[in-house]
Amino acid sequence: MPVTYEPIASTTLGDAASTVTFSSIPGTYTDLILVLSGSLTSGTSVWGLQYNSDTAGNYSWTSLRGDGSGATSARDNGSTRILCGWIGTSQVTEIVQIMNYSNATTNKTNISRNNSTVASTFVSANVGLWRSTVAINAITARTDSSTFASGSIFTIYGIKAA
Amino acid sequence: MSFSTMKKIQSVTVSASTSAAMEFTSIPATFDDLLIKVSHRVSVNIGIAAVFLQYNSNASSYSYRRLLGDGNTAASATDTTSAVAIAQGGNATASTFGNLEIYIPNYAGSTNKTASADNGNETNGTTEYLSLYAHLWSNTAAITSVKLLLSSGSFVTHSTATLYGIKKP
Repeated sequence: MPVTYEPIASTTLGDAASTVTFSSIPGTYTDLILVLSGSLTSGTSVWGLQYNSDTAGNYSWTSLRGDGSGATSARDNGSTRILCGWIGTSQVTEIVQIMNYSNATTNKTNISRNNSTVASTFVSANVGLWRSTVAINAITARTDSSTFASGSIFTIYGIKAA
Repeated sequence: MSFSTMKKIQSVTVSASTSAAMEFTSIPATFDDLLIKVSHRVSVNIGIAAVFLQYNSNASSYSYRRLLGDGNTAASATDTTSAVAIAQGGNATASTFGNLEIYIPNYAGSTNKTASADNGNETNGTTEYLSLYAHLWSNTAAITSVKLLLSSGSFVTHSTATLYGIKKP
């Protein structure tokens, strides 16, 4: 059976960092999956993605989330990153699926699942849009505040429709 | 998941014109589970259309329960249709497509068939739809075909659907 789901790159933080970037992502896959298993050094924060080093307000997102007592939904246009979830000082698992990332025709979207049990954070599903038809060749994960803790693992997988 | 246990079975791309449905036929029973990844946009100008998931050309005995957020509020609903997602219409921002992932476990077994579906549309608009569906087909037949169809309109050019088989090691 051919390999259709394979790791492209993985980073385990040796030191705390506010951003983690994967560059030179090959365009040979159909979809990408980013898995984050990690935590923050302090507090809680939103974390999200930027593509191809674009830090302008070309992103928008919608979120469906629960905090253990109720469910809410929120969204934003003109954001400087795609919201992918919430993270705190306890370990979380975050999975982002980036569809059709390498075409030069459509704007780029993703869906993400955020699994945090930390107080003042959420379990959530999120959808994000980057208003660009350029192929994605670099992905930056970043926190809005604090830093990803040492030992946090970021892995990108590629899915081949082959 | 072992990396050698997921294989593409079929892929559908809407190319030159619109298509009322995207369908996979003659699905082999040699896998354990099915995974469908869909990039969708529909032609309707009313804003949204429901996406239905039907098996074996059978349009009956379906139900679902969903959790839905629109960027403002969250709500839950249940019904006896085969709905599995909400797709964005032709009046949405150009070149934006929704993302849908459907997981169908034990599709060739002899129990009723369940599926989970995560779907999101983000078009830089004011109301977007993000949903989680639990989908049930109360039928014990093995699934040999899968069809995605719409409540109105058609899938437009560049919409894609890929069916993967998952084999447990």
